[in-house]
Amino acid sequence: MITFSKQQLKIPQMSRPVYMVTGGMSKFGRAIPEKRTEELVIDSFVEAAEFINMSPAELKRYIHSCYYGHFADHFGDQLLGEAVIHDRLGLDPLGNVGIKTGGATGGSTLWEAFKAVASGYSDCVLAMGWERMDEVPTDEGNHYIASAADKDWETPMGHIYTGYYAVMAQKYWQVFGKQEDSFRKTMAEIAVKNRGYARMNPHAQGPMKLTVEDVLNSPVVAHPLRALDCCLMSVGAACAILCDEETAYKLTDNPLKIHVSAGSHSLRVADRLNMDIPLLPNETPDQYKDLGERFPGGDRYPGFTGFLAARMAAHYAYGMAGIVDPTEDLDVVELHDAFTISDIQTYEDIGIRPYGEGRTYVESGDCYHTNPFTGKPGKLPANLSGGLLGNMHAVGATGIMQAIEVGHHIWGRWSEMHADEKKWAAFGRTKPDDWTDLQVKDAKRGLAISHAGVGSHVTATVLVHPDHELERRS
Amino acid sequence: MADRVEHGQVTVSNGRYRPSGKFHHGYANSPIRNDEGVLMGVTNPRDVTHIHSYGGEAPFFESLSKGKLLGTRCDNADCALHETMFVPFRIHCPDCLSRNTIVDVTDIANRTSKVHTFMITERTGAFNTLEKPIRFVNVEFEGVDTILMGYLSVGEPEIGMRVVPIFQTENPTYTIMDLSWVPEGTQKSELLPGFSFGK
Repeated sequence: MITFSKQQLKIPQMSRPVYMVTGGMSKFGRAIPEKRTEELVIDSFVEAAEFINMSPAELKRYIHSCYYGHFADHFGDQLLGEAVIHDRLGLDPLGNVGIKTGGATGGSTLWEAFKAVASGYSDCVLAMGWERMDEVPTDEGNHYIASAADKDWETPMGHIYTGYYAVMAQKYWQVFGKQEDSFRKTMAEIAVKNRGYARMNPHAQGPMKLTVEDVLNSPVVAHPLRALDCCLMSVGAACAILCDEETAYKLTDNPLKIHVSAGSHSLRVADRLNMDIPLLPNETPDQYKDLGERFPGGDRYPGFTGFLAARMAAHYAYGMAGIVDPTEDLDVVELHDAFTISDIQTYEDIGIRPYGEGRTYVESGDCYHTNPFTGKPGKLPANLSGGLLGNMHAVGATGIMQAIEVGHHIWGRWSEMHADEKKWAAFGRTKPDDWTDLQVKDAKRGLAISHAGVGSHVTATVLVHPDHELERRS
Repeated sequence: MADRVEHGQVTVSNGRYRPSGKFHHGYANSPIRNDEGVLMGVTNPRDVTHIHSYGGEAPFFESLSKGKLLGTRCDNADCALHETMFVPFRIHCPDCLSRNTIVDVTDIANRTSKVHTFMITERTGAFNTLEKPIRFVNVEFEGVDTILMGYLSVGEPEIGMRVVPIFQTENPTYTIMDLSWVPEGTQKSELLPGFSFGK
């Protein structure tokens, strides 16, 4: 039985507050053969500068150190790509470092950038992430992604990463979904929702107007996961600028307080030893005593149904930001919907719903911008960007994109950044006639979850309007 | 997968790798153009052979070729994970980091293995060697604290199904692919070529 010490569970105490002042994104696509990676990176940086009415050169004058998220060197066949990007951004001789934690690379890049400011090392930093997954054919891409599993014990079996999530989907569906068709439909609704929201996002690679039946009839990738249950393979870049308080207010009147935390777990899901469920602030010690009775087979934690890394990241971040109940205390979330099943698992890991009841977040309508059953605002809208299913999964950029999207809502500038006809035209995309404003009204606090390797690394990024901070827990 | 070229071989002598033959093959690149004939980039073809150490896991992979499944156990009486059994084989205890004891779990696997979860896929990445559809099974054993990922080579998987390990004892690859799983009661004649039941 795994247990944790008091020292390991300590809520991080940063030396000073950190703010996100701006962020920017490139276009996202399955392939962007007309642009080199550095061009996409510069596109995102220019957007970040323009967002706070500065020129790129002016913004660069404030940056003191740089954090670069780029996971898959082997896709681009360029080791030390960070040095290339750093040079093309004209940021030499500032210190810079590359960060790679699989699918969580974007979130981990924010984590490192956050700590650099919080420690006092830098007053203003660049967190930039990108990925280039179009420079090998898709089956080689699948092999390369599967190389992030254990190369001796897992990768040789099929070289297909989706399979590692599919075994979780099968177990979750049988234990917590009780093999019900209704559960399978709930999974499909996530794909419909997120790809539908992607239609309102000019950056998005995979916008689709779908029905649940379309998802259930899409080709099987790894039973029970179908093509439309699975995220995109992408190219693109995203960046954020993080600052201390003094610098933040020099750059903008509206910086957002940012907290970033991280958790981890064994890369091989099968190696995960049993443990008691670590509790979040909105859970009680007795709550899960009968979990195995209510859901036979559900008493092995985390087993193949939970992500301990996500729970730990939430534990730290909620403590730092004073969040007790995420559904009550947050206004918008961007979750790592790499697969519809992992999205549901994450609702439970981060306390939006108790373990075993993740499906009700979708079935209640709470996760929608507008609750389809009541016509009122969703209680905690999720993945209005389109998420990884509809927007992109340009790995190193993903966690940063999520934070920017959450930020747009809190800044009250979501419409401005998604409605602009010029942006749609510049990306060669047609704005739909039924384009809908997805701005979450009066958003004050939001969360982004960045996740890797069947839960090997997870980060939690909380953004808070400075006028609406909650009391930190120790 | 057909070999286009003769690949290099490696032995270890006096604590050093001794490669022989050719380990890398380069080929001429070619231009990438769009429909209008404008140059967009180039291809970069090449073959590379990597060298990889199994280190302390080598006994596990050697044993598969002999029809044996090995696990490990923490025997440190002062450790919180004392007597925890690990399959997959862990060289060191993840808690106290002492060197684990190697344990033959073939008999346990033959008597108690069950499918914990599974998936079936028609799609694979490049370099896949398994016949499709592939059936992953994650197998649990009595008295073992972890679960082992593998592939089912006979029948259709179900959660809770009793399975037994089979081993590629003829022409082994010395990789995890030398271990497969079949439903309990499978006949020898149904096994994959070169595979046999555990000893």
